[in-house]
Amino acid sequence: MITETQTIQFDSISLDGGMTVAPVDVAYETYGELNAAKSNAILILHAFSGDAHAAGIDKDSGATGWWDNMIGPGKGFDTDKYFVICSNVLSGCRGTSGPSSINPETGCPFAMTFPPVTIPDMVRLQKMLVDHLGIRRLLAVSGGSMGAMQALQWAVAYPDAVAASIPIAGTARHSAQQIAFNEVGRQAIMADPDWNEGNYYGKRPPARGLSVARMVGHITYMSDASMRDKFGRRLRDQDQFEVESYLRYRGSQFVDRFDANSYLYITKAMDYFDLTAGRPSLSAAFEGVKSRFLVISFTSDWLYPSYQSLEVVRALRGRNCDVAYCDLPSTYGHDAFLVHVTEQAELVRGFLASTFRERN
Amino acid sequence: MAQKFVPELLGRSDYEIISEIIEPNTRVLDLGCGEGELLAWLAVNKHVDARGVEIMGPRVQQAIARGVSVFHSDIEDALADLPDQAFDYVILSQTLQESRAPLKVLREMLRVGRRAIVAFPNFGHWTVRMAQLFTGRAPKTKLFPHDWFDSPNIHFFTVEDFELLVQAQHWTIEKRIFLAGSRQVKVLPNLLAEVAVFLVRT
Repeated sequence: MITETQTIQFDSISLDGGMTVAPVDVAYETYGELNAAKSNAILILHAFSGDAHAAGIDKDSGATGWWDNMIGPGKGFDTDKYFVICSNVLSGCRGTSGPSSINPETGCPFAMTFPPVTIPDMVRLQKMLVDHLGIRRLLAVSGGSMGAMQALQWAVAYPDAVAASIPIAGTARHSAQQIAFNEVGRQAIMADPDWNEGNYYGKRPPARGLSVARMVGHITYMSDASMRDKFGRRLRDQDQFEVESYLRYRGSQFVDRFDANSYLYITKAMDYFDLTAGRPSLSAAFEGVKSRFLVISFTSDWLYPSYQSLEVVRALRGRNCDVAYCDLPSTYGHDAFLVHVTEQAELVRGFLASTFRERN
Repeated sequence: MAQKFVPELLGRSDYEIISEIIEPNTRVLDLGCGEGELLAWLAVNKHVDARGVEIMGPRVQQAIARGVSVFHSDIEDALADLPDQAFDYVILSQTLQESRAPLKVLREMLRVGRRAIVAFPNFGHWTVRMAQLFTGRAPKTKLFPHDWFDSPNIHFFTVEDFELLVQAQHWTIEKRIFLAGSRQVKVLPNLLAEVAVFLVRT
């Protein structure tokens, strides 16, 4: 499957913080065919460092999509049956407007003058894209990690526009531990002199800081067991542990495709996300939801532990919502939703099929 | 009655009875739903809003892959989450004898559901009585095939015991069906029934 990222421009978007971004670009990809009733559309929501290229082989770069093992003909999100959409989030750096975009008023990149963005803002922009594509009600929204937060936000904010929500390895709000890891990443970037208060465009980017931030991230995405299996205490060359060289490689690779300021904006959006904010309870957040849910967690995920998914499931069940939940066994940690997908794909396939059947 | 249930599909006669009891277009919760065979059948053939609870991960995976909304949890926790009278029927099939607190489970079932359907193996069946009488050991029969040390069953009770409990709780039995294999037992159920299915309400 050869794919190409497209971009659509909207006049403006109003943000939770009271500011607007005008105009606003959205990078997105689609796979499969929208049926005549427009009832088979699924919106995929990427995680923190993902982008619109979720599946297939990119026409220009040859890169494989980040969830290619889940999306495609005959896969969990079966593109022979469903029309799949994925867009880059607001404040990202992969085609959608963000701090690295040019501010039309100054002709320079926004950098840190880009307005603060929330998870609900990201979802609002996704809704604009879905409306633009002429889809009134999505068959499903689904994503892992930050994508799971968005999948929950979709069901809460647009109950009539989502038949099913599939949040995977996610949470309704970050714990102190999750915020703490994000803060270490942010501080690593800001401590790099090349960061220069965010004004590094056209100059040397804060590569050292960003790569350290990514190294910390990668540790949290794995598990003790998966690191032991993958690296153990093996040495590479004379005196360097395999795990050290792996993390450095991942860190330096990240610098080539990710913008440090986007890192700051997106992690802040994740940290501030809280479905219970302004409400007496999580249950209250789900008061108006009309979708079904498939919630998935992984036993070895210590970054987004199963109890966070269970908290969501319990609140939904307390409202007698239609919710399926499975805690899948895996040793891959948080990465499981990206790499350990056989069982996950089976769950998604069956859940989508029954949702589609009920709807049509 | 709607379409006759196909026992060969599931190989369980209590499922056949349960499927006949349940009215179409109702809300059904199956506790210990296994791979969701019964719920999937009810959803397609009786258009029920079907939900399940199952503790064994691989079974949960099978059930969800079948399109049934199943919650991966033990029964007591799963019931505690739910609001009052959320379901028309709450099913507990072949599991009451494995519950740590059977009365608590039954009470919760009748809080969460308007009616409870309870199916259990009858410890009063004559083969069980004979096995104990003649061997002097914990009975091992077709119904109770496990050795005492690795049996999932922790409460042993009979048709009569269940009737007495329902009376004592001032609940009402709306239907009682007794089975030996796939055949219905009409007389001496406490002696002849291998499996009993009760439809109970408060």
